[in-house]
Amino acid sequence: MRWLLRKDLLILGRSRLLLALLIVYPVAISLLIGFAISRSPSRPRVAIVDEAAPGETVKVGSQRVAVAAYARQLFNQVQAVEARSRSQAIAKVKSGAVLAAVVIPPNIAARVASDTEPAQVEVLYNGNALEQSLVQSTLNSALAQANLGFSAQIQQAAGTVLGSLLSGGKLGNIGAPENLIGLTQIPPTLGAIIARQPRGHDRTELERVDAFAGFAAQNLSLAKRVLSIIGQPIRVNSVLLHGRRTPLNTFAVVVAVAVSLMFVCVLLAAGGVALEREERALGRLVRGLVSREALLAEKTLLAAGCAFVIAFAMLAGIGAFVALDWSRVALWLVALAFGAVAFSALGVAIGALAREVRAASLLAFLLSLPLAFLALVPGGSVSGGFYDAISAISFVFPFKAALQALDAAVNGASPAIGASLVHLAVLAGVFGALARVGLRQVE
Amino acid sequence: MSTVLSVSALAKRYGELDALQDVSFQAGAGELIAVVGPNGAGKTTLLSIIAGVQAPSAGSVSLGPGEAGSRVGWAPQQPAVYSKLSVAENLELFARLERVSDPPAAVARMLEQTGLGDRAREPVGRLSGGNRQRVNVALGLIGDPPVLALDEPSASLDPSQRERLWEFVAGRVAGGTTVVFSTHNVSEAQRYADRVLVLADGRLLFDGSAEALLELAGERAGGDLERALVRFLDEQTYPAGTP
Repeated sequence: MRWLLRKDLLILGRSRLLLALLIVYPVAISLLIGFAISRSPSRPRVAIVDEAAPGETVKVGSQRVAVAAYARQLFNQVQAVEARSRSQAIAKVKSGAVLAAVVIPPNIAARVASDTEPAQVEVLYNGNALEQSLVQSTLNSALAQANLGFSAQIQQAAGTVLGSLLSGGKLGNIGAPENLIGLTQIPPTLGAIIARQPRGHDRTELERVDAFAGFAAQNLSLAKRVLSIIGQPIRVNSVLLHGRRTPLNTFAVVVAVAVSLMFVCVLLAAGGVALEREERALGRLVRGLVSREALLAEKTLLAAGCAFVIAFAMLAGIGAFVALDWSRVALWLVALAFGAVAFSALGVAIGALAREVRAASLLAFLLSLPLAFLALVPGGSVSGGFYDAISAISFVFPFKAALQALDAAVNGASPAIGASLVHLAVLAGVFGALARVGLRQVE
Repeated sequence: MSTVLSVSALAKRYGELDALQDVSFQAGAGELIAVVGPNGAGKTTLLSIIAGVQAPSAGSVSLGPGEAGSRVGWAPQQPAVYSKLSVAENLELFARLERVSDPPAAVARMLEQTGLGDRAREPVGRLSGGNRQRVNVALGLIGDPPVLALDEPSASLDPSQRERLWEFVAGRVAGGTTVVFSTHNVSEAQRYADRVLVLADGRLLFDGSAEALLELAGERAGGDLERALVRFLDEQTYPAGTP
């Protein structure tokens, strides 16, 4: 096996394009992913045109809520770019300087104060479907956040008014007297007066007013609590059932490494086995010089070894940009090794069945890419039956198991690494056996 | 002449097809045996089984008692060489895999015998068809096997390349190597082979010298062996008296 391995390394070394690709690929992917994750603007560039008069407020009871506070909420969600007018904002969108523009109309304060017409802001955007989707989702989220903040201020103002109605005192400029009695103070005051009244029609009427005042005070107290609830009726309390929560950026790293590991392993292993047939050397080798099992093991080892080095280089390279937990490096190596062997076993099976290098490479590529996509389809995003089919396919190919093993190794995510490693070992055995069957026929 | 190769009741089936049926013959040291027959006769199947590339469905192939642990050398019709490796690297690789005691010496010997010493460092992919075929045959001989199986070794060669190839093979035969080769070129069999095996439909129809085949087909001594073979095969397919 040693001499075969040496021969394959010599051939690999002389395939300059392939060799360059194997070296450049991990470096390029590491840099791309690293920059994409660490340097990308998390807030899209959006032009804001504030046509509302400076310092304009919306009046709620005795308080005023600044429209500028609404705009500030919006600015927090995006990378705001100043635009003096609607036409300037449109020009910026068209030129691609910003992804979108938000126009806050001059009548926003009046609309907010109005009970009949809702306030509206205008969103202008351009670009392809992907950019439109990004703008829509970002701005919808930003507007929802801004609305929430705005309604909190209105709710606070309304709460103050309700408090004054209940407790009495100064209600401000709604035309009420300075020393207004609160609803909660009416029943005891009125009770003392009723006690001094003789029985009769007047006393009965006063008792009715007293009962109403007590009922109103009780229900306004409830309304104040309800007002605080409708501001944010449902709050989210996230509970992760197993493992640690994986940050999206480190999960993206794991996906990139798993995809690279898969491609390098599958393409090298499939190509290596198919090359023996294409050069017609297989017949010469298996006539007692090398067993078919040893030949498959050598190809698996070569592909897995190359991919292991490349994938680890990628992880280390990306680690320069993204904070990875280096104390788990031993687990990374184990996950990479198991994943590499399973992918390479799939590759030798493809190579044994395809018989030609070009056919093997094409088959390897056509098979690998959909497998990676299928393994990333989240549960619940497709119908139950379809997801079951996807899960079954993902189960019999190594990508999902390798991804889970790497995610567990790098991020401590669930499921635990042990189950994924066993899964990968079984798949490596199955694909190795398939390759052996495929290699039974020499010519 | 001591027997170095013994083929006994060999059969090979591919599903419903009988590629070989009950083929038996023996070969002595230093014999050059040609296997001839029409397309699909089973020539390549016979040689690949002798070389150990394929397993027979029945029967056996064995080497003489003095050849324990040896393998039959093998040179398929299309050169089985690594085109990105040089001539010397191909030879060294197979010398190592054949567990030759002194691989560098074996490589040097083969380069000298094939006359490819000056092309030793050249990638095989850049060689002419004739030189590639010489490397192909040299790889079959690198382990110094007692028997060499050659499947249509001269099929893709021009006359001068063919001449040089047969000079090389003749040199090995003179050194005691037994060579079994298949060919469509019957005159080549007549010119070089000590014995001719005629295969048709997987069955061995004739085993003897070219002169004996000529005589059997009613041709004069030194006559046209190709015509004799065609007549012989016709008689086997349509025996005298068949309408």
